[in-house]
Amino acid sequence: MEAIIFYVFSALTLAAGLFILFSRNLIYGAFALFVAFLGVAALYVLAGADFLAVSQIMIYVGGILVLLIFGIMLTQKKEKSDDSTRHNRVEVAITRKIWGFVAGAGLFGLLVKVILSSDFRMAGEEMSTKSTIKTIGVELMTSHLLPFEIAAILLLVALIGAAYLALNRNPTA
Amino acid sequence: MTTIPVQYYLVVAAALFCIGLAISITKRHFIGMLLGIELMLNAVNINLVAFGRHDPERLSGQLFALFVIVVAAAEVTVALAIILRVYGRFKTVDPDKVNELKQ
Repeated sequence: MEAIIFYVFSALTLAAGLFILFSRNLIYGAFALFVAFLGVAALYVLAGADFLAVSQIMIYVGGILVLLIFGIMLTQKKEKSDDSTRHNRVEVAITRKIWGFVAGAGLFGLLVKVILSSDFRMAGEEMSTKSTIKTIGVELMTSHLLPFEIAAILLLVALIGAAYLALNRNPTA
Repeated sequence: MTTIPVQYYLVVAAALFCIGLAISITKRHFIGMLLGIELMLNAVNINLVAFGRHDPERLSGQLFALFVIVVAAAEVTVALAIILRVYGRFKTVDPDKVNELKQ
């Protein structure tokens, strides 16, 4: 049963990724990314990371994806124009696609070869079915306190920096 | 309860990572490249969570994945601000056409 659910969500995630790869409209790609994020969240749940799955849905789907869709819509422009003196644009940039597929397929072959030939010996025992929230909270406040604070400062710096960068410095333009 | 071997997670994560890599190479749009980078970060997180399953006392893998999510959020905000500035100046989002620091 668990294996079937794993296969279904893996197929969903990979299909969404392939849809982004082959779709020409970025808005559709962003919505496919939504499906991919939900599939990854389901894989987290199957791996026993319940808190991380909820954070994934809240941060990625609720925050990052909305930002990306805003960005796509703010930078959208019409491809065609009525200006007859405009130069015709001939799309011959096929090498980029070839290199993309070569890099992706080559790296995938290499990674699968390494993974299938490896022999992992797990030291710890398998996770039980209890919730991970308490452990994550205790660990964040004890042994991972410094990275936690650094992440807080990083988020503050990113917030101020993004607001400053996106500020319209020339309102007349 | 039957558990799924860690290799299955690794293969799925590898496939997702390679799809993200191909997306960020082939897309001719800054935000398309960002979509690919997000997929790659998610694939890495799947790896971390799959290995963190065998560490139920300390959960190092899940904590690392949590910090990766935080850094990804910071990265996307700054990247979008830069993309909007670049779009305002060059009126294009094609990375091939943005090849000058000052116009």
